[in-house]
Amino acid sequence: MSDYLEFEDGDVIDGVHYHRHDVVIVGAGGAGMRAAIEAAPRANTAVITKLYPTRSHTGAAQGGMAAALANVEEDSWEWHTFDTVKGGDYLVDQDAAEILAKEAIDAVLDLENMGLPFNRTPEGRIDQRRFGGHTRDHGKAPVRRACYAADRTGHMILQTLFQNCVKLGVNFFNEYYALDLVMTEVDGVPQPSGVVAYELATGELHVFQGKSIVFATGGFGKIYKTTSNAHTLTGDGVGIIWRKGLPLEDMEFFQFHPTGLAGLGILLTEGARGEGAILRNASGERFMERYAPTIKDLAPRDIVSRCMVQEVAEGRGAGPHKDYVLLDCTHLGAEVLETKLPDITEFARTYLGVDPVVEPVPVMPTAHYAMGGIPTNVKAEVLRDNDTVVPGLYAAGECACVSVHGSNRLGTNSLLDINVFGKRAGNNAVDYASTVDFTPLPADPAKAVRELVEGLRDASGTERIAALRKELQDEMDRNAQVFRTDESLAKVTETIHELRERYKKVSIQDKGHRYNTDLLEAIELGFLLDLAEVVVYSAKNRKESRGGHMRDDYPKRDDETYMKHTMAYLTGDPHSADAADHISLDWKPVVITNYQPMERKY
Amino acid sequence: MAGAATLEAVDNTAKAEAPIQAFTVTLNIRRYDPEKDAEPYWQDFDVELYATDRVLDALHKIKWEQDGSLTFRRSCAHGICGSDAMRINGRNRLACKTLIKDLDISKPIYVEAIKGLPLEKDLIVDMDPFFASYREIQPFLIASSKPDKERIQSVAQRERFDDTTKCILCAACTSSCPVFWTDGQYFGPAAIVNAHRFIFDSRDEAANVRLDILNDKEGVWRCRTTFNCSEACPRGIEVTKAIAEVKAAVLRGKPDIPKK
Repeated sequence: MSDYLEFEDGDVIDGVHYHRHDVVIVGAGGAGMRAAIEAAPRANTAVITKLYPTRSHTGAAQGGMAAALANVEEDSWEWHTFDTVKGGDYLVDQDAAEILAKEAIDAVLDLENMGLPFNRTPEGRIDQRRFGGHTRDHGKAPVRRACYAADRTGHMILQTLFQNCVKLGVNFFNEYYALDLVMTEVDGVPQPSGVVAYELATGELHVFQGKSIVFATGGFGKIYKTTSNAHTLTGDGVGIIWRKGLPLEDMEFFQFHPTGLAGLGILLTEGARGEGAILRNASGERFMERYAPTIKDLAPRDIVSRCMVQEVAEGRGAGPHKDYVLLDCTHLGAEVLETKLPDITEFARTYLGVDPVVEPVPVMPTAHYAMGGIPTNVKAEVLRDNDTVVPGLYAAGECACVSVHGSNRLGTNSLLDINVFGKRAGNNAVDYASTVDFTPLPADPAKAVRELVEGLRDASGTERIAALRKELQDEMDRNAQVFRTDESLAKVTETIHELRERYKKVSIQDKGHRYNTDLLEAIELGFLLDLAEVVVYSAKNRKESRGGHMRDDYPKRDDETYMKHTMAYLTGDPHSADAADHISLDWKPVVITNYQPMERKY
Repeated sequence: MAGAATLEAVDNTAKAEAPIQAFTVTLNIRRYDPEKDAEPYWQDFDVELYATDRVLDALHKIKWEQDGSLTFRRSCAHGICGSDAMRINGRNRLACKTLIKDLDISKPIYVEAIKGLPLEKDLIVDMDPFFASYREIQPFLIASSKPDKERIQSVAQRERFDDTTKCILCAACTSSCPVFWTDGQYFGPAAIVNAHRFIFDSRDEAANVRLDILNDKEGVWRCRTTFNCSEACPRGIEVTKAIAEVKAAVLRGKPDIPKK
């Protein structure tokens, strides 16, 4: 008898639905749909998404997408590469950054050709605006490099990609939650063979066998309380990879976007500062002049966020509790705000009752973007260690770490990343699928997910999901946010350990099968706890300050010891109490081509 | 350094020094779980809320603290993903964009699923018929030219269809339309808005195809300009105006787009 499962596409065996597609893409945000646009015309492709595609968080991106088109002033992809490397505090793999900057130009033109309604120059070309860290000639002055569509560039990218998926008849499985990657032992080596998904509408399980599998599952900002991220950004994809024993890279580097609406975390685009808005402290001082004299408010996000927190810590915060700073757009005038920044103008009015036309907006940093994630090479192939690829497995977008962002991503480089590496992932996935046969599925590929789902549905513990999640998020904000110390990270470690123990005793109230979001929130919390632990464990180990990882107890960058990527592996019993018993850390060299590390001044 | 505006804001925020007051608010939610219930029914929940909380916060408080089985869609929580359109006090709105302070809390807040689409569970409806109508109007750029760089489009031409590019496909408009309630075959406002977005795009070459589709008996002529859609749109799109422009384009045989 074969150890493998025999089935036909469309079979239902023991209640589990089986599907067979050459390429299986998990996630329908920018990266997933960009991959699908390449894959679907050339191979039998399925896209699995936990939402409807247009609900994906790419749609919340606002300010722009960088490309050295030089439509409005002199620019070059080489300058863009340098800015990306310097912005990432030299932890960027420079070969990847070069690809990102070079292919940016075609990526923008591709989108325009697909129909994206970019804002235009008086000559009818794509208009460009300034953005943090993007400069002319290696840091001399800000440059207009961000292509944009008002302050809803991400929305327009998501819509345009979805429109083109509709045009191509892409096969979407909407509201299917991917919960496991199936690996089959072939000649003693585990090979990816499929994905297990939970159908929200019915509670039924589906197994998608694929020759190539692309993860484009987005970030995990919900490990924090104050975040610009959607409720659904719980890192399921990254968590699945982690649980398979595959490494995660540079997880300690999380970006805090400077201008979240104070107390709420809702994003106000850096494009506001690109258009000339200014950050001020309680006395009205433009404090960024002190910290980054050349490019001031347009310094990269890690720097601006730190300066804001420092202003508040030193008593110069605004408001009754002196706990935020002000984003002053008043001098831009109603016309610029209504035409170039209409959405953020409305967010401030709706959620804070503050009209940016006449008064400055209270802002503070908000957890925004994971620089780290699933390690890949520049072909978007997932790595099993520093050098070995997992054949047939790809990752792109925020869930991946190429690494084009190093320790701090520049604004507008993420919309670029999803387009450049989403396209590469789609193309390479098809190429690979055309050369291989399906890896057979093991006998009962849905077993682990079925046990997880049934275990939670039957659980009778006393712990509530929402309470545990809130404690995690509060603690991460308190002790693993913009500034970290050994002591603060030790506290979070303890909290996570306690929460993981309590997570074993959770129960849910909804025992049904249809649209059981109670159950899925429980599963999502499991991923959040796993990933928070990796973030904190990696952060504790990096005793230096670099980019988005600021250690108050080690305030300097230490190239001697830490000019390398963190690689974290799950190596022991994931349920063991002490993180050190199940996480092991290794290093991976940084690829340096043209730019030797220098002190980072703006 | 401080501009006058800055000082004004500091004064304004000082007003917020009074302790923030919480209110007990009653939400009356239309529940339905076909695994258990023969018919939908209304259920009351009392929740402690702040004036600045959103209806979505209220729903989360209920789900997370009182009844985990309460079911609704949400994602971004700030009005851009379009997941949480629902009927709040009889009006279609996004739960994440409706603040408690803007509702009369001396009475219960009534929350139910949007109408006209099949009810699946509590506040969730089947969105597939909605997206099927969207797909029918060919919602993608159709252009034969293969430019080396970007296609040229003037600022005025780009502005012509700006309003309808804001659509987030939340279905608040379509499910507020009395014509759609009685005739589910009608394309509905959202599909027409998305057709408008391409019909009036100077780069597109298939306006005629879409105008033909919308000249159908289930097309634009079903619209009776009740303006429910414009009032419902959380993105402020002038939906009824867009439909009227499509009607005019059908009559003229082509859209009215700036020459340059």
